Amino acid sequence: MSSEAKIHLDQVGKTYPGTPVPAVESLTLDVREGEILVLVGPSGCGKSTTLRLINRMIEPTSGRILLDGEDVTEANPDKLRRRIGYVIQQIGLFPHHTIAENIATVPKMLGWSKERTSERVEELMATVGLPPEEYRHRYPKELSGGQAQRVGVARALGADPDIMLMDEPFGAIDPITRDRLQNEFLRLQAQLHKTIVFVTHDIDEAIKMGDRIAILGERSQIRQIDTPERILAYPVDDFVDDFIGTGSTIKGLNFLKVSSLAASPYPTTTVDEAPQAAINRLQEAGAEWLVLLDGQGRPLRWLNEHHLSEDSGPLEERGEELGDMLNSDNSLFQALELMVQSASGCSVVVDGQGRFQGCVEMPAMSAAIRRAQREAQLHYEELEAMNS
Amino acid sequence: MEALSSWFSYVRDNFDFIMEATLAHVRIVLIVVVLATVFSVLLGVAIHRRPVARAIALSVAGIFLTIPSLALFALFIPLLGIGNPPAMLALFLYAILPILRNTVTGLDSVSPAIVESAKGMGMSSTQQLLRVRLPLAWPVIMAGVRISTLMTVGIAAIAVLVGGDGLGSFIQSGLTRLGLPNAENSVWTGVVFIVLLGLLLDSVLALAQRLTTSRGLRI
Repeated sequence: MSSEAKIHLDQVGKTYPGTPVPAVESLTLDVREGEILVLVGPSGCGKSTTLRLINRMIEPTSGRILLDGEDVTEANPDKLRRRIGYVIQQIGLFPHHTIAENIATVPKMLGWSKERTSERVEELMATVGLPPEEYRHRYPKELSGGQAQRVGVARALGADPDIMLMDEPFGAIDPITRDRLQNEFLRLQAQLHKTIVFVTHDIDEAIKMGDRIAILGERSQIRQIDTPERILAYPVDDFVDDFIGTGSTIKGLNFLKVSSLAASPYPTTTVDEAPQAAINRLQEAGAEWLVLLDGQGRPLRWLNEHHLSEDSGPLEERGEELGDMLNSDNSLFQALELMVQSASGCSVVVDGQGRFQGCVEMPAMSAAIRRAQREAQLHYEELEAMNS
Repeated sequence: MEALSSWFSYVRDNFDFIMEATLAHVRIVLIVVVLATVFSVLLGVAIHRRPVARAIALSVAGIFLTIPSLALFALFIPLLGIGNPPAMLALFLYAILPILRNTVTGLDSVSPAIVESAKGMGMSSTQQLLRVRLPLAWPVIMAGVRISTLMTVGIAAIAVLVGGDGLGSFIQSGLTRLGLPNAENSVWTGVVFIVLLGLLLDSVLALAQRLTTSRGLRI
């Protein structure tokens, strides 16, 4: 395993002189090629210190750091850092350099030719959504916070490093811009496949950004490391449970798809059917609501017995609105949201052509959650059995 | 009015002498300021992150400024003889404090995040200093150079008392002949040309400061 890891920390520790307790205690951690590993934990747990041990901004006092299987614990730290992109919360753009010069920092140090550097700078500016012709000659003071952080990311990508270290990169940005930057960054990563270690104190950001999450306790001890869905489904101990907080089950619904549920059959009627036949079907099924479909099988309204029996105009103008509908790609989180808005207490699923497929009801939803929890638990039991 | 026109004719009659003294004055000031700048910036960089050395260096440079100039000039005569050298050494010691102080303040003002990102991208300490920290501290350092220059232009007038040259000679010869014709004109010539020289050098440095400061740092 460890030889395949892009980054391998082997019992890495940091003890500051004059302190009896280590800041990071013997941490062993693999970061796989092309993944975003999020280090998350309460303040003071040593997650930033851990990140800074990887590019040796802080020198470890014990253990080894391997990149691509190569021991870099004793390598020249400046050369090491030029291979690793580094983004910090305060960004730290050079105010006396233009945007283009900032992005060219590492290529220039590596001795790239002028043409290659300026080509790379233009490419990166376009990638992060800052048109070169407009922004190339601007200075950092002329940028908004969000734009500055985009330049910070572009600068870290300057010499196309395989590895990026990001220390709360979106922490100082307003929530709306942060959300946009996170989405942009995930889109970018889908093309670039960098190996990324990302530090945050915000569990929601960790869930959103991480392929895997390491939840760190005191002295940077790993309490749980896994995919976000498995951590949400099965927090291994009270510490993790407390840290991910209330609503973790609901957050976990983000990772379950509507397609994973068996669509339950649901009584329907069509605009052409006599209301009395529909009422009979409703009573037969012992249900309260049915879905009114048009000629092509597309859902129109929610109807109950009362709506069907009253004699007031065409069926499609009676009953309750359906609102938004789900397709099989939507998450169960979206299903839940529509469910609580719906008149009948369940949300409607349609296929690609908008035809009715069934409804998502609460029992199916909780069954899916329990199934995910059971799978995660089994996974951990197997791990434990393997280790013992 | 009469006094003014008398002064103008004095200046006209002695213009060559005045220019000669002005050039000598400029020469003293430039040599002193250039040496003091190089010395103070290097010292400032060296002591910036060493709290003890920093406190000592700034106090010593401060003490120099409190020694009365006439006494300091005279103190170096046994060492360097009479003439320009003792004067220039004394002026050099005076010029240190503003530049040293501003170098340290300028380096202090560089945001730690900027230094952190420079280091994180793999800049060596020298690269961090030359490409990031000094360029960012530069406007503050230049402000110190301007203060030292103005100060040196003024105090250099005393060089004449230890056998040096410069515009101080007009003041001294005027003062020793008070009551005689043209004595006051001579004093005023020294004063006015020293002030004009100070204004001129300061404007030149202001321009240099502007030209050597990145547009990204201008307010």
